[in-house]
Amino acid sequence: MAKRTRKRRRSPEDNEERGARPFWSGTLTFGLVSVPVDLYPGNRSNRAPLRMLGPEGEPLARRYYSQKTGRDLEADEMIRGYEINKDKYVVVTDEELERLAPEQSRDIDLRRFVELESIPPLYFDRSYFLAPSAGSEKAYRLLADTMKKEDLAGIATFVMRGKEYLVAIFPENGILRAETMRFADELRSPEDIGLPDKKKLPAATVRKFEKIIARNSDRHLALKELKDEKTAQLLKLVAKKRSQHKDVIKVEEPEQPEGKVVDLMEVLKKSLAKKRKAAA
Amino acid sequence: MAARAIWKGELKLNSTKVPVNIYSAVHDQTVRFHILDERTKTRVKQHMVDPESGDEIPNEEIRKGFEVAPGTYVILEEEDLESLEPEASRQIEITSFVPATEIAPEYYDRPYYLGPDGDQMGYFALAEALRNKEKEGVARWVMRKQPYVGALRAEGDHLVLSTLRNAEEVLSAKDLPRPAGRAPDKKELGMAKQLVELLKGEFDPKEYKDEYRERVMEFVKKKARGHAPKLRLVKSKRKAAALDKVLSKSIEALKKEKRAA
Repeated sequence: MAKRTRKRRRSPEDNEERGARPFWSGTLTFGLVSVPVDLYPGNRSNRAPLRMLGPEGEPLARRYYSQKTGRDLEADEMIRGYEINKDKYVVVTDEELERLAPEQSRDIDLRRFVELESIPPLYFDRSYFLAPSAGSEKAYRLLADTMKKEDLAGIATFVMRGKEYLVAIFPENGILRAETMRFADELRSPEDIGLPDKKKLPAATVRKFEKIIARNSDRHLALKELKDEKTAQLLKLVAKKRSQHKDVIKVEEPEQPEGKVVDLMEVLKKSLAKKRKAAA
Repeated sequence: MAARAIWKGELKLNSTKVPVNIYSAVHDQTVRFHILDERTKTRVKQHMVDPESGDEIPNEEIRKGFEVAPGTYVILEEEDLESLEPEASRQIEITSFVPATEIAPEYYDRPYYLGPDGDQMGYFALAEALRNKEKEGVARWVMRKQPYVGALRAEGDHLVLSTLRNAEEVLSAKDLPRPAGRAPDKKELGMAKQLVELLKGEFDPKEYKDEYRERVMEFVKKKARGHAPKLRLVKSKRKAAALDKVLSKSIEALKKEKRAA
C-alpha cells in the first residue's frame, strides 16, 4: 500500500451539525411579503458516537483517496461527476448546480396553506428550524402567529444546496419548523410494490381488531417510549469499563477542537437570543 | 414490476398475529453524483488514516472507542458491541394505540409498506380497524440487529410501518426562546389572515414536482454530448416596504388571480 502524504483538511462530507453557522440562509415569502430566514437542522444524530481509533488509541481521520493513484486527496482536488456510461463521467461544478436553479426557486414561497394533519406522515423526511434573520422579526412573527391561529401549515418547494425540497412549514412555540417531504414520485404506491387489493372482509374480523385497539389505546405517546435504549446500554457499559479501569486509553494529544461536535440546541438558542437583543 | 420484500415479520397484537412482508416505501430519485479525483477523473475511495503520520490504518487494526473525557477513550471490543445487540426476532410487537394525529411530523423517519404474508383477511381487517378508529399502533421490533420503535398506520387499504426517531434525535422548539419582535397589530393580523385564507387548500402531493432534478439531468445530458449551455448567475434584488402595504397589495393580487381563474 502506498504511503500517503499527511493531510489535515477535512473531507467535504463532514457532519452538517458541525459549525455554528446556519445551514442555509434564504427568504420565506407569502404573497408579496418576504421574510429573510436562517435555516438550522432540527434533528441531530446519535448522541454517543464511537470514534475510530488506531492500535495505540490515537483518533483516526477519514480521508478520500484516488482509486487510480492511491494518493490522498484534498477537498479542492475532488470534483463531482455523473456516471453517464461505465467509468465515464460528466463533471458538474457547484457553480453550475447553483446557476441551474432559477431565481425564484431559491425562495421558500408559501403558495398554499393546508391542515398539517391532512398530510400522510409517510411524506415527512427531515426537520429544520427557520429563525428570523436581521430585520425580519416582525414579518416572521406575523406569519407564525397567523398560522398558529388558523392552525395551518404552509407548503412550498425550494432549491437549497443543489437539491430541490418540498417542505411543510408550521409554527411550534412561536418558531417555524420546516419539515422536508418526499416528492410523490419518491414514494412507491401499493400498486408499484404489487400488494394485493383489499378483499371482502367479514365484519366480525374487523370488529375483533377494533376491540383490540380500543382495549389498548392511550391518549398520548409517552416520550420515554422513544428513548434510545441501545445508546443508554452502551453508555452503561462504557461507565462500567471505565470504573474498572478496563480498556481505558489516554491519548497524549487531545482531540482537535475542529473535531468537536457542536451542540445544535446551543447554536439555535444563541442565534435566537442574539436576535432578541437586536430587536429590543 | 413488483418489489421484493426486504424483511419478513409478524405483527403481534396481544395474542393475535398477522404475518407480513416489509417493503421500502421510499424510492429515492436524487441525482446521484460520484466524487472523482480531479486529475484522473476516476472514483475515490475512503480509508482511515492516522492524522499525525498520514499512514493508513487497515480495518483489522481499527478499534472503536467512546471519548469519556478529552483525549480519554474507553475501548469497546467486538464482543462488547455484540453484547449490546438485541436478540433477533421476527416479532413486531404492537404495544399500544394512540390517536392517528398524536405523533408530531418530526418523529417520523423511514416508511415501509407492509403486505400480507399468507393471511390476507387479518391484514386488511387490521388496516380497516385502524382507519375506523383513527388510531395508529406503537410498534417495537428488531430488524437487522437494530431495535426500532415505529408507528403502524393505515394508508388507504394498506398498512404502513414508519420508523420513529428517538426522542434524543429530535430538537424541540419548546426548549428554544421565542423569537422577539413587536407583536403584530390587529390590522396586520387581519390582513395576514385574509391572505392565508386566500391560499388555503388541500394538500395534493401530485401538484409538486422536483423540477430542479429535471433541469440538472437535462444539463448533464447536454454536457455529455458536448453542448453544455451557458448558465448565467442571477442575483435577486428585493425592495423593503412597509408590511401593511405589502399585505394589502398581496391580497389584491391574489383576489385578481382568483377572479381570473
